[in-house]
Amino acid sequence: MKNLDINTDLATEIISGFIHSETTRAGFSKAVIGVSGGIDSALSCFLAAHALGGENVLAVRMPYTTSSQDSLDHAQLVIDKTGVQSTTIPIGAIADGLINQFPDMSKMCQGNIMARSRMIVLYDRSVEFKGLVVGTSNKTEILLGYSTLFGDSACAFNPIGDLYKTQVRQLSRALGVPDIIVDKAPTADLWAGQTDEGELGFTYADVDQLLYLLVDERYTPEECVQEGFDKKFVETVVKRIQRSHFKRIMPPIAKLSNRTIGYDFLYLRDWGT
Amino acid sequence: MKLKLALAQINTKLGVVESNLEKHLAQIEKASKEKADLVVFPELSLTGYSLQDLAPTVAHRAVPEDLVFKRLLDASQDIDVVVGFVEEDLRNRFFISSAYLSRGEVSHVHRKVYLPTYGLFDEGRFFAWGDTTAAFNTRFGRVGILICEDFWHVSPPYLLWLDGADIFLFVSASPGRGLTSAPQLSTAQWVESINRAYASIFTSFVVHCNRVGYEDGLHFSGGSTVFGPDGDLLAKAPYEDESLTFCDLDLNQLHRSRSRLPLLRDERTALTQRELNRILNRDGSSSGR
Repeated sequence: MKNLDINTDLATEIISGFIHSETTRAGFSKAVIGVSGGIDSALSCFLAAHALGGENVLAVRMPYTTSSQDSLDHAQLVIDKTGVQSTTIPIGAIADGLINQFPDMSKMCQGNIMARSRMIVLYDRSVEFKGLVVGTSNKTEILLGYSTLFGDSACAFNPIGDLYKTQVRQLSRALGVPDIIVDKAPTADLWAGQTDEGELGFTYADVDQLLYLLVDERYTPEECVQEGFDKKFVETVVKRIQRSHFKRIMPPIAKLSNRTIGYDFLYLRDWGT
Repeated sequence: MKLKLALAQINTKLGVVESNLEKHLAQIEKASKEKADLVVFPELSLTGYSLQDLAPTVAHRAVPEDLVFKRLLDASQDIDVVVGFVEEDLRNRFFISSAYLSRGEVSHVHRKVYLPTYGLFDEGRFFAWGDTTAAFNTRFGRVGILICEDFWHVSPPYLLWLDGADIFLFVSASPGRGLTSAPQLSTAQWVESINRAYASIFTSFVVHCNRVGYEDGLHFSGGSTVFGPDGDLLAKAPYEDESLTFCDLDLNQLHRSRSRLPLLRDERTALTQRELNRILNRDGSSSGR
């Protein structure tokens, strides 16, 4: 077992500085976060409140008609504990406007519509609140592609995208995210009874160990098997990473000219600030 | 002889030379008021680090005719200044350079000789490689400048040592990375340990000025240091925050340390040269470029 423990004070300091820098350099002082009641958005909200002050953070609760009451309640716990501003905007009417047109729509498509509806609400509220949308995806789900493109993955910047789920848990505990949120089974809560680990087919604890070897330590898949990981598990994860890479890059542009966006037009976002 | 040093551990605006210049002038004035003899700025202190396609647009030459350098040279009348910039040579090659300014003149320009082009780094794509690591004379003795990756390799500090440098001025804009359970990032630990090692094995002063701030997701952790000829930590700037950190270097310590530990006296340079020639001329050498 690799030790994925992090120094939580150092992580908090670096991430808070990042949130503050990316917000203010873009000309803003505020942030907007979709707070679901889950651990990732709870952690992002704690960090944003730490970096910008609670009064400068707007937590948006966006329940769908089937979302559990627990999710709403846990989101409220985060809001109360961080002292951020909050609003609740149900997405039932927005999402159902499309979902109801296709009676046989799969759960996955419905889930994507919910995630993208929330993105619309967040970006809409961000204009009103004059704040940037803060991302809530962790490294594990980004690598596995366990997200909706242009949905929950949409954000202005992401403070926790280099932390594995296990590390998200460690940092959340250190920052005082309520135990009930840290300890519960992670779920996208797109339908009743859904859990991440049920859907993925493996646990975060296991996959974080594997991802750490594959990505951070640059082990080959064969070396991971030699380290004791099940061969099928390794193959599944490697394939997931590869097949979901499109979610991690900007859409490629067909190169025609001498200077093409994405290839040889290279500037940081912080250009000029 | 004493040298009062100031480490200007600053943040920069990416690609905005005018704004960074003003910050330099303010720091120089502050250091000068504190009676510092030398103020050292980090790598690419006039431009910011992750320049990419901005590199050619922020380039300057360390000459009095250059409007940016004119102001820096004017500011260097009473205090020596080491400043980091993008240098464009007469044939339009762009270098990551640091200039040593003293009494209104450019004493030396070092062009970075190792451009990291791996992992998160892409310097070789945008910059030309410097070709020399030369020590030079200052009013405080012989000095050598290296820039970041230059001193991650052992040979440039060694060459400067043999070229007479007793004070090593290392500058960097090093993105912090390697978060573990330790209280420092692994890069910060690594740099501190090698700088202490260089100071010890070269029985010299090793000054390291790192920058702070963020560029997109990259973060620069500061923690600039000064180590003395016995490997002692003489000064350390804070992590993360801008600071102007002062340190008095007692240059007589070189005499005392080298009396105790004559590593420089005993260094067998002819042996090194002979062995290097043998190794590099050998067919199928695995070490050499």
